[in-house]
Amino acid sequence: MNRQQLLDLYFPEARAKLIDIAAFLDRLQRAEGGADFRLEAFNQALGHLQRDDDRRAEQVLLSLSDPTTEPIAAATTKAACGAWPGKS
Amino acid sequence: MAGKELMPMRYIEPHAHMVSRVTDDYRDMTTAGCAAVCEPAFWAGFDRSSPQGFYDYFCQLTEHEPRRAAKFALPHYCWLCINPKESENVAFAKEVIALIPQFLDRPNVLGIGEIGLNKNSRNEVEVLELHVDLAARHEQLILVHTPHLEDKHKGTRLILDVLRNDSRIKPERCIIDHVEEHTIQMVLDAGFWAGMTLYPESKCTAARAVDMIERYGAERLWMNSACDWGVSVPLAVPYAALEMRRRGHTPEAVDKMIFQNPLRFLSQSPNFVPPVTLNTTKQQADEPLAQPATRRVG
Repeated sequence: MNRQQLLDLYFPEARAKLIDIAAFLDRLQRAEGGADFRLEAFNQALGHLQRDDDRRAEQVLLSLSDPTTEPIAAATTKAACGAWPGKS
Repeated sequence: MAGKELMPMRYIEPHAHMVSRVTDDYRDMTTAGCAAVCEPAFWAGFDRSSPQGFYDYFCQLTEHEPRRAAKFALPHYCWLCINPKESENVAFAKEVIALIPQFLDRPNVLGIGEIGLNKNSRNEVEVLELHVDLAARHEQLILVHTPHLEDKHKGTRLILDVLRNDSRIKPERCIIDHVEEHTIQMVLDAGFWAGMTLYPESKCTAARAVDMIERYGAERLWMNSACDWGVSVPLAVPYAALEMRRRGHTPEAVDKMIFQNPLRFLSQSPNFVPPVTLNTTKQQADEPLAQPATRRVG
């Protein structure tokens, strides 16, 4: 598909998701209390949207990933939270 | 009508946790063209309290669930293991793994899975190695779960290391599931099959799956719904097929992706019977597959 066809197919959906992200950040802004590492990671990931190549999705995923290479000593939870807290 | 005759869509659901789904899902899947469903062993949402609980679960996967699916003309297959989410207790996992060989000759068992990692801990790696050894010793296919979210990239690398460190394992007999844009290339480059899981909130949307098909080709790739007790969509594969059509892929390309590819991988198990569908010609039904299923290591 060419760019015009892709815009026709996906622009409304992408626009809606973009506004959802903006509203999410506004919601956080209005709320009281402190944020945590997830918001910082989210904001860093947003920076990859301005890249000038076709690796944005890959780079956003990597920016939210644990960059270490060794297994952790023990699993203390089963859940993942979506961003790396900066320590294993 | 000029041109090719339009044929109904057919697909194989290679990863679905049907014990967690309602019976209506079987009806809907069959109606949508599902020709076979494959169910990897999974975490129940809570930790089972004894190996006996796993024994009962393996009986459910090999006895009860195939009968339930058969009521809707749907062949049901399964994979066996203790899921990575319950792998932190190595002694417990060893007891469960010791139960598995007695089930491997049951007619709907395809292999060992979904094994892998969850939080990338040392104990999880040890249990993964035990599962890989089990698969190698019993010449079973392997289906691998890769971790969630921030743990996926690191976990996928660790999993590939474990598999490559065992010389008995043949990559073409292993599928690494739940790949995303940051893990698919390393999986395919290492010679393994890759699975894309279509979830509404995590893993991969249909549009992103089609992106990856267009970018990396459809040679060793499949799509699955991995529907379970969480937020998931049993008809995610036919919905993704529709997305491929919207993106201009031919019906033949769609058929390769959602039927022929899983058929090619799964037919490496001698237990998998190629489903006869409305699209299957009499010649195809009568002929053996180009690559006959044989028992091979790992």
